[in-house]
Amino acid sequence: MTDSVSVRRWSSVSIITVVGLVGIIAILAFGPLFLGEYWTSRITTLFIYVILAVMWNALAGYAGLVSVGQQAFFGLGAYVVVRLSDGGIPVYPAIALAPVIVAVLALVLSPLALRLRGGEFAIGMWVFAELSHLLVNLDSLIQGETGRSLLAISAFAPDVRRANNYWFALGAMTIFLALVFVLLRSRAGASVQAIRDNEEAAASVGVRVMSTKRIIFVLAAAGCAAAGALTLSTLITFQPKTFFSVQWTAYMIFMTLVGGLGTFEGPIVGAVVFFIVESLFGGSGVWYLVTLGATALVFSLWVPRGIWGTLSARSGLQLMPIGYRLVFGDKRAAEENAQA
Amino acid sequence: MIDQIVQGVLLGGYYALVACGLSFMYGVMRIINLAHGSLAILAAFLVWYIAEHLGVSPFIALLIVVPIMAALGWILQRTVLDRSLRSGPLTPLLSTFGIAIIIDNLLFERFGADTRSLAPDIGDLSYKSWTLPGGVTVGQLGLLTLGTAVVLIVGLQLFLKYAPLGRAIRATAEDPDTAELMGINSRSVYAAAAAIALATVAIAGAFLGMRSTFDAYSGGAQLIFAFEAVVIGGTGSLWGTLLGAIALGVAQNLGAQVNPRGFLIAGHLLFFCVLAVRFFAAGGFSLGWLKALRPRQPA
Amino acid sequence: MSVLSVEALDARHGLLKAVRGVSFTVPQGEILALVGANGAGKTTLLRTIAGAHKASSGKVIFDGTDVSNVPANKRTRAGIALVPEGRRLFGEMTVEENLLVAGRTGRKGPWNFTTVLEAFPMLQPLAQRKGNDLSGGQQQATAIGRALMTNPRLLLIDELSLGLSPVAVNAVYESLQTVIASGATIVLVEQDLSRVLRVSTRIACMLEGRIMLEGRTSDLTKEQITDSYFGLRRGAAHEVDA
Repeated sequence: MTDSVSVRRWSSVSIITVVGLVGIIAILAFGPLFLGEYWTSRITTLFIYVILAVMWNALAGYAGLVSVGQQAFFGLGAYVVVRLSDGGIPVYPAIALAPVIVAVLALVLSPLALRLRGGEFAIGMWVFAELSHLLVNLDSLIQGETGRSLLAISAFAPDVRRANNYWFALGAMTIFLALVFVLLRSRAGASVQAIRDNEEAAASVGVRVMSTKRIIFVLAAAGCAAAGALTLSTLITFQPKTFFSVQWTAYMIFMTLVGGLGTFEGPIVGAVVFFIVESLFGGSGVWYLVTLGATALVFSLWVPRGIWGTLSARSGLQLMPIGYRLVFGDKRAAEENAQA
Repeated sequence: MIDQIVQGVLLGGYYALVACGLSFMYGVMRIINLAHGSLAILAAFLVWYIAEHLGVSPFIALLIVVPIMAALGWILQRTVLDRSLRSGPLTPLLSTFGIAIIIDNLLFERFGADTRSLAPDIGDLSYKSWTLPGGVTVGQLGLLTLGTAVVLIVGLQLFLKYAPLGRAIRATAEDPDTAELMGINSRSVYAAAAAIALATVAIAGAFLGMRSTFDAYSGGAQLIFAFEAVVIGGTGSLWGTLLGAIALGVAQNLGAQVNPRGFLIAGHLLFFCVLAVRFFAAGGFSLGWLKALRPRQPA
Repeated sequence: MSVLSVEALDARHGLLKAVRGVSFTVPQGEILALVGANGAGKTTLLRTIAGAHKASSGKVIFDGTDVSNVPANKRTRAGIALVPEGRRLFGEMTVEENLLVAGRTGRKGPWNFTTVLEAFPMLQPLAQRKGNDLSGGQQQATAIGRALMTNPRLLLIDELSLGLSPVAVNAVYESLQTVIASGATIVLVEQDLSRVLRVSTRIACMLEGRIMLEGRTSDLTKEQITDSYFGLRRGAAHEVDA
């Protein structure tokens, strides 16, 4: 046995990556000054997609929970903004507040939701989405499927609005990425791999399964709510049918599967791929959706690790300092793939 | 009110039809097929297409569609579901969801946004009814649907109990490894079970078309109804699914009395209430989740 | 002519080798007792022969045919039957159903529902009882009967007497006489060495995945077997190199 072994969390690669990421975000902050109208809006949408992908990945990849109902929180996030704004709260603070309120709702729902497993959880969340949709329809402010415009946002000049949307989206994306990062480095993060592999065994060695799942569930709800609120700020009109559509889950599944389920970098890659595909092919039309579904199907069966996961496994490359590495006394670095 | 309950029971007959395939597949393979509803709509369109183009009644069309759907079930199992089962617990959900999206959108591509119905093809069956003493109307179609559901469930139970393939299915469902050791080809058994499940889905699709309209994107709703029926009735028994389906239908009809939009809401609320009761008859709460957020140190 | 021939068989659980380079043959009509401590690899060996476990290298040759890549259900149809460790009955099914579900291999032979119940009279009043409601001995009898329903040429029995009272074990072994008399070849895992010496015609002793000792029962002494069991000394009759 070697004499000295230390456990390191950071490697030179990961330091570069994190510094690079911070740099990229700083540069992105200047976006609205350089990008035109069109691209400011598009990149805002990209940020929203990243949030959605990262959140769905957290649920499915870390907590092992496949949800076909995250559109519930997406729609509720937008709905809360409409309600708050109608109640007199300024638009952008409302957008910041909505995820918090929805997170509380998710917390209240969690004791029931988290007792469901597998397919029951998947469809159970869809039922919750349908129920939310129906209840929101009942609101006289929304008037069924008519919907409601976020009038207060029209008070802003278009380019100011676009810039604000951009910065809020960038900020939200950064916050949620940071939260996931912190989560993975905390005790809950270590639990995540164990829970994914074998929940009972994990519980038997003291892993706090329910707490970890609950944190992830609430976080994912907050993230999806933020995405919904931000989407509303770009679309301006809240139509329940659009915001509570299961299409959003379809997008999330596509992004996560293609990018790489269960990795940190994967969903970001998937969101970028989705963004590119959407930009190229118009984002609508049946063949577009059929291709999305077929791609998700093919990836789930034959490329289960997604693009990033496969690349990462082959090259041993880990950009983010989430796992552990063993460093031996004589400076030979053995990579221990403990990444969640 | 009695009338509403009776209508609810009859509606439950349809829900039982669409749910029994889902319940069956779950019981045998532990897969919840997220494409279940979309497959029912596919069957409904096939029945519609054949009925329209050959000028036959949907019941005759079913004679063609049931074998087609059964074969589709066999193929689906041998290609997608078999692989999904071996890949991990999440994969069946992801792959069947992908299939649902493909089916929904291909149907939209082929048949467009128009809603369809099989009612024109069954003549007065769609509206004829008997009036019972007390003023309660019982629709002939509704009764036929309920009757079909009961017959189907009885048939499935008898099949599972007494038929050699039924026994093989039960054995494989319980312990696929040991079943293999007894000479049973578990992959073939699963494929047969999938074929049976989709055969029932075909029948459900036809009855859906007869009792109401449908369009390319109706699949999601059917899946949800089927799933709610299974959960309300308790997973594990086809009779439970029947009872759950009836409870769902009754709840929905009573909900509609309260508020025109209450139909669907009542069903969803019943679903959540049943879940809550089922779970909290056993449990408590825990606030320990905060502790899990402490940063960890390497050992 | 040997019914079973195992050549340089290796089997793993993950990275752990449970069976290492095992080779032996079992001629027709013999009863081979496989002994060894827990964890020696006996269960894995039987499961690999039956096809429930994939060998990492080596061959399983049954009646002259290499079945190493044949799936379990086909091996059963070819004539290999395994009574698994822990019986593994279909608990929700009755005794009758457990027997019937195994009887569909299409193999000809003396065993059917009636003859199995004759061989195991203790099961006759229990035909409609569910597997979960049986005692250990009754489960073992059912499990053996179930394997017999496939009309095997080679019957593998894992841990026959595990968890059974001495009375039950006697009853099961008595029923086994009929099986033996019908000319089946048997490989059984048994911990009770005196029983092994009485019943078997050949013995193989495993330790840490290898066969330490193998030979005709009549040629071996109890001391040689126990030494081999504990890995104390090499046997005199037939050494298999560690």
